[in-house]
Amino acid sequence: MSLIAPPAAPAAEQAPPRRRRRRGGWAPWLLIAPTLVVLVAAMGYPIVWQAMTSLRKYGLRQQFNPDLAPEWVGLSNYAHVLTDPGFLSVLARSILFCVLGAFITVAIGFALAVLMRRVARTVRLILQVALLLAWAMPIAAAMTVWVWLLDWRHGVLNHVLTKLGFDAEGHNWLASPVSFFIVALVIVVWASVPFVAISLYAGLSQVPDEVLEAAEMDGATGWQRVRHITLPLVRPVLSIVLLLQIVWDLRVFTQIKFLQDAGGVASSTDLLGTYIYRIGVGSSDFGSAAAVSVVMLVLTVLLSFGYVRSIMAQEDKA
Amino acid sequence: MSTAQLSRRGGGHGRRIAGVIWGAVGIVIALAWVFPVYWMVDSSFLPTATLQKSTPTWFPLGGTLENFSHVLADGSFLRALGISLAATLLTVVVAIVFAFFAALAVSRFRFRGRRSFILAMLLVQMLPAEGMFIAQFKLMTAWHLTNNVLGLTLLYAAAVIPFTLWMLRGFVAGVPVELEEAAMVDGLSRTQAFLRITFPLLAPGLVASAVYAFLQAWNEFTIALVVMQDNDLRTLPLWLRGLVQASATRDTDWGLVMAGSTLVAVPVILFFMLVQSRMSSGLVGGAVKG
Repeated sequence: MSLIAPPAAPAAEQAPPRRRRRRGGWAPWLLIAPTLVVLVAAMGYPIVWQAMTSLRKYGLRQQFNPDLAPEWVGLSNYAHVLTDPGFLSVLARSILFCVLGAFITVAIGFALAVLMRRVARTVRLILQVALLLAWAMPIAAAMTVWVWLLDWRHGVLNHVLTKLGFDAEGHNWLASPVSFFIVALVIVVWASVPFVAISLYAGLSQVPDEVLEAAEMDGATGWQRVRHITLPLVRPVLSIVLLLQIVWDLRVFTQIKFLQDAGGVASSTDLLGTYIYRIGVGSSDFGSAAAVSVVMLVLTVLLSFGYVRSIMAQEDKA
Repeated sequence: MSTAQLSRRGGGHGRRIAGVIWGAVGIVIALAWVFPVYWMVDSSFLPTATLQKSTPTWFPLGGTLENFSHVLADGSFLRALGISLAATLLTVVVAIVFAFFAALAVSRFRFRGRRSFILAMLLVQMLPAEGMFIAQFKLMTAWHLTNNVLGLTLLYAAAVIPFTLWMLRGFVAGVPVELEEAAMVDGLSRTQAFLRITFPLLAPGLVASAVYAFLQAWNEFTIALVVMQDNDLRTLPLWLRGLVQASATRDTDWGLVMAGSTLVAVPVILFFMLVQSRMSSGLVGGAVKG
């Protein structure tokens, strides 16, 4: 846990002080103090509480009876949670969901970025505005619209599918977990593609036109140019965007919550976030909820490690 | 040489056709992406009776503002707007001031623990609220800050400070120390040099990070769901969810719900479009370039 606890202990400073930068005595500490206070209060304390509670038996009885101190139970919450088939399927679903979501998002985002490079200016502008509109949509508003689009009685989706000859009339997309997650995946991808496409487009602008033209002269096809020139050049950006996307898709909550409200069966459509919410806020089983939260945080830190390390490497070079 | 020219000229016609095809693909994709936004606005102008017809109404011709007046009627929207504004503006102020101080420390000083501080910020920035909200809920309960805008602000500030700090750090580092030093050679004190030279150059950075913090807090759903359980103290996203839930028992009044969504979304969209170039370069700068 010390990894994600706020930075109380200063590590040994190994980089030699640069000429331009001042040591400044107390000044820098005074400047970071407000940030540290807020982060320790709002995140440090909860993380410590969580780590401790995950080692205790803390349910409804302890909640309402202050005399009944939560008893230390060692790792039994973890043992309980990690052998619970319900939790394991939530975990497996979440991992599958975030990996699929991230790869699809980055693939589509990359394709759109390449497309934006290819098309005429007006088309590019239209695409950019459309992506920005979707990006700017507040998530709650976006979810109400998606639920309306998917509405089994009057929704547009079923209407169009029926018109196209599919047997979709009155079909409830949220009833079966598989189609529930496909819907959730579509919505998450829809919402995250704009950031990826626009970032990658900015990255692509750094690929010089001359290089691509030279390759074309030498007879490289469109796909070959993408594969052998563009892709390697934007690789650093691509991998960071992919990593961020995996971490962000692991925490997906609002989308699932709204879809569950709209008719998904909660127990078979939970991902990590809604699962923690259900056992913590819903059932007041704080011990297990804390254990699952710790698992989620550790998973996030492990996943983020590559991203953080690559940024720290640049930082040390600077 | 001549074959290369030949193949280029031969490809010219095909290229133009390919260009048209790709252009068409681009337009179709753009329409697909924007459709949910369009559909929200379209439906918000249509009476529910029209929305429940078996064929969708693609354009809001002969639309009405009735949904909007209904949704505004009970005052709950304005109340939620007030709560959202209070929490968001407080968050922006706290986050920008605190993160700006910290950004100065990190980019202008080299102090013991600087590297660990940066590392911690990067890690904290990645931590999901969903992995902490149970503990934050207990904390807020213990401090009597549930159903309290200040409690929400504290959690929001903590959530946005790391990235805001990261964005601002890039902007501060972009202003060369030499500028300040030159001003000091010309007789300004360090504080004066900072206020007169560096600070004005940082204005775009401050605006960009303020917008980031604003949008994050304004659109936040998860933490608000846990902390603001009193129906009279809902933020806009919670109010919107309430709107869907309230009518879900009957046949949902989609016109009304879409009017609510439009009210919540359109100001944010306009705001976002107004500052988007700064916003996206800031996001990319922070997330990608470091």
